[in-house]
Amino acid sequence: MPRIVVDVMPKPEILDPQGKAIVGALPRLGFTAFSSVRQGKRFELTVDGEVTEEILAQARDAAETLLSNPVIEDVVNVEVVEA
Amino acid sequence: MTELPLIGEAVAVAANPRLAGARIGVVTFPGTLDDRDAARAVRLAGATPVELWHAGTTLGDVDAVVIPGGFSYGDYLRAGAIARFAPLMSKIIDAANSEAKLPVLGICNGFQILTESHLLPGSMIKNDHLKFMCRDQVLRVENNTTAWTGDYAAGQEITVPLKNQDGQYIADEKTLDALEAEGRVVFRYVGFNPNGSRRDIAGISNAAGNVVGLMPHPEHAVEAGFGPELGSGTEGLGFFTSVLNKIVGDNK
Repeated sequence: MPRIVVDVMPKPEILDPQGKAIVGALPRLGFTAFSSVRQGKRFELTVDGEVTEEILAQARDAAETLLSNPVIEDVVNVEVVEA
Repeated sequence: MTELPLIGEAVAVAANPRLAGARIGVVTFPGTLDDRDAARAVRLAGATPVELWHAGTTLGDVDAVVIPGGFSYGDYLRAGAIARFAPLMSKIIDAANSEAKLPVLGICNGFQILTESHLLPGSMIKNDHLKFMCRDQVLRVENNTTAWTGDYAAGQEITVPLKNQDGQYIADEKTLDALEAEGRVVFRYVGFNPNGSRRDIAGISNAAGNVVGLMPHPEHAVEAGFGPELGSGTEGLGFFTSVLNKIVGDNK
């Protein structure tokens, strides 16, 4: 069954406290190449049947109203992934 | 909810018996945990608390609403994000924006729900130090003209408990400047900023002053012997007496 993937990231101007904690942990494990980490969210919306334009529009709407908070986050990607 | 014996003294009843007729709704979502304390604070202030269930579709005849703290829906997705779409919230949003300007107080998770509802601007993210923090916190009342702060003096410092993990208040600079210019920063942290909130903001109001949200917990500082050791321990009671005096004043 096809899925619609929605990716949400904290806005660039907002300091991401979780990302900051992760970037602090990386060098302790020897991963020294990474100067910054930002942590986002990936949602997978499963669709029973075909993904029509209408369903995709619904997913975009849901991404903006529920899945993300536009004050602190951006929806960076909405795409269909076939199973 | 009203049958629990009071340990403290309901001081405000004697002060103004007309307050007892006021009905303050306290909303419970799945995962709310401070609803009992909020109802108790309402009763100690001299009014009648009314249980409101998140799935309800009517506010009944309440004169004001408290959205208490806790972890509605386990803070899944974002703190307050799922609770914001509960059936009762659309009633609260409409009533808060109506001519009648229903007084609404959001405490901690309730504040997060109010920002997710766009009744208040900005948002809360994880504390800058990433830890859950619980402490007695000094706040300065920056605006005593809101529905929930009229019984305080402007600039008065009060101590109430603070306990949160996602308490860092953020908004863009333009919004912060507007909040400051319009006197909508209602509470500021004093001495120590416990979560990295912009401009030490602990609580804000909407433009009309009927909707107030803050991260610290006034409902935990209403009963002598059970509140913070600093100060009188009952310095949160003024929130609840303020709204009662406002309601009684409006009904004159």
